Amino acid sequence: MIRLQNIEKVYRTDTVETLALNKVNLDVAKGEFLSIMGPSGCGKSTLLNIIGLLDEPSKGEIRIDDQKTENLSDKQLAQFRNSKLGFIFQSYHLINDLQVLDNVELPLLYRNTTAKERKQLATEALAKVGLSNRIKHFPTQLSGGQKQRVAIARAIVGRPEIILADEPTGNLDSAMGNEIMDILLQLNKNDGTTIVMVTHDENMAHKTHRLVRLFDGSQVQ
Amino acid sequence: MLKNYFKIAIAVLRRRKFFTFISLFGISFTLTILLVLTAFIDKVVGDNYPDKKRDRSLYVSRVSQTGKNTMSSSPPSFYFLDHYVRTIKTPITIAISSGFNGTNTYVNNKKIAVNYKYTNSEYWEVLEYDFLEGKAFSKQQVANSDKVAIISADMKKEYFGDVPNVVGQYIEADNVKYRVIGVVQNVPITSYMTYSDIYLPYTVAKDGDYKNNKGYQGGYYGILLANSASDLDKLHNEYEQMIQRLKPEQKEFDRVSSHADNYIRSYVDTGDDRHSGVFIVVTAISIFAFILMILPTLNLVNINITRIMERSSEIGVRKAFGASSSTLVYQFIVENIILTLLGGVIGVILSFIVLQVINSAHLIANLELSINFMVLFIGLLVCLVFGLISGVYPAWRMSKLNVVTALKAQ
Ligand SMILES: Nc1ncnc2c1ncn2[C@@H]1O[C@H](COP(=O)(O)OP(=O)(O)OP(=O)(O)O)[C@@H](O)[C@H]1O
Ligand SMILES: [Mg+2]
Repeated sequence: MIRLQNIEKVYRTDTVETLALNKVNLDVAKGEFLSIMGPSGCGKSTLLNIIGLLDEPSKGEIRIDDQKTENLSDKQLAQFRNSKLGFIFQSYHLINDLQVLDNVELPLLYRNTTAKERKQLATEALAKVGLSNRIKHFPTQLSGGQKQRVAIARAIVGRPEIILADEPTGNLDSAMGNEIMDILLQLNKNDGTTIVMVTHDENMAHKTHRLVRLFDGSQVQ
Repeated sequence: MLKNYFKIAIAVLRRRKFFTFISLFGISFTLTILLVLTAFIDKVVGDNYPDKKRDRSLYVSRVSQTGKNTMSSSPPSFYFLDHYVRTIKTPITIAISSGFNGTNTYVNNKKIAVNYKYTNSEYWEVLEYDFLEGKAFSKQQVANSDKVAIISADMKKEYFGDVPNVVGQYIEADNVKYRVIGVVQNVPITSYMTYSDIYLPYTVAKDGDYKNNKGYQGGYYGILLANSASDLDKLHNEYEQMIQRLKPEQKEFDRVSSHADNYIRSYVDTGDDRHSGVFIVVTAISIFAFILMILPTLNLVNINITRIMERSSEIGVRKAFGASSSTLVYQFIVENIILTLLGGVIGVILSFIVLQVINSAHLIANLELSINFMVLFIGLLVCLVFGLISGVYPAWRMSKLNVVTALKAQ
């Protein structure tokens, strides 16, 4: 499903050059639930962003669904992300000016759907994360756990094959964290969604199929 | 899609009340000034009561004599119009009228200010005043120096009150009683060549300037009515030639100049030949309008950049979930157009109110301003262009934003 070959990422600033990723090779199978761990600053987010085509590697090749991605135009990239990928961020990144339902509908705006379809799909996604009673709320009126569930609903509403989650439980207490984790596990098991998750929590990591450890930009396990 | 943009636009506007206020104020204020200004120009230049035959009329409003260090410029004298201008061979009718003079009169011991002006009898043939009652004075009445008067509708109301007929009654102005023989519809004071409260035969003028002053300069206006519009060029040239033959009246002058121009040119005649009034006025208005429009645009660009950059998280999220750069540019431009159109609508409402106030306050005698719908249309179009211009640059900058950077900046 996802194949990374010899991925390198170098950040250059005026004074220093950081090698954030060094020759990373990774294969993720369809339906797999993979977690990535490692100390802070080792390049986990960088790797996830590259997988999500939000950032380009300095070297190396990414294939998703056996499709090369390096030469895609801005429009094609956008469409690719829209149809295949769903993102969950540590700090939720909901749009505060929009109600929960509109936030969840967002990915559907960028494909051919009618307002009615969007509403229906978004309502279903919200039901899946147990938030049917918060549709008209604004993000600022929700708790951290609820916000993350809205973010999950937004990530799954377009039925992407791959979900990329960067520390989805990082801002939550363990009870909330477990709830979120359960939702992700259900999603993986019931819908066969491929999930790549960055986490700092060993317990969560052990619930997934496979664990990849990064250290200083290199894969150690 | 559009509904979604609308939602977010309104949400953003509500969240940033101060900025919204500033930008809306800028747009609506500009539009208001533009609309009021053009309503004014429109009225002054466009309204052709009572000179409905403008297309075959030339106006003489000024005679200038210039020397090395000196210049004298004023409206022409009666003699100039009656004697020199009449030598022109192209068949014309010449309407001659003095500028209006102010005096006081008393009704039941109440003082009222009135303006009166003197005209010849042709004046009433050249200009098409609407007579509410009575009629104009004849050549014979002028020749006899009859003390007859034509008054405006407002004058009638002020002097005689709400009565149906006043023809045959007497009105006193400057200590002389005149018999009213006609009542005409009001003319706004901005049409300075035709405005007055009372119109009298020129032969009753006490100063006798019309017969004593044999110089070029005086206090009269002339309107030359040709038989057809195609005669105007010929008439204009003949007038110029006639002027060239005139000798300056005094040694210190070396040149006489005067023009018979169409309405707009004569309206803004400065008396200075080197810089035509039209040129100066058009330049001034253009510069004014340009500054008027560039300021809110720059202001909006600035506000939009801050506004958009504040929303970098939103931009990052939208991009991550499948918005392309061009889609985002489109979104922000639509948002901006919604903002400017809102400003436009407020501006139109404001203009209506301002014009209503100006009209009801009677700031300018007899002037009824109304919105020019062409200008309204252009104004709204300009708003749309504002929206585009002020939205495009910020949107373009925003679309260049890298997703990861956009998401990191909180
Ligand atoms: N835009 C950037 N410019 C320069 N250096 C960067 C940039 N983004 C990341 N880095 C550097 O790259 C390295 C990897 O960063 P990354 O965010 O991937 O770490 P991480 O493993 O996600 O850390 P954490 O667990 O704290 O989120 C770090 O040393 C970081 O300083
Ligand atoms: Mg990270």
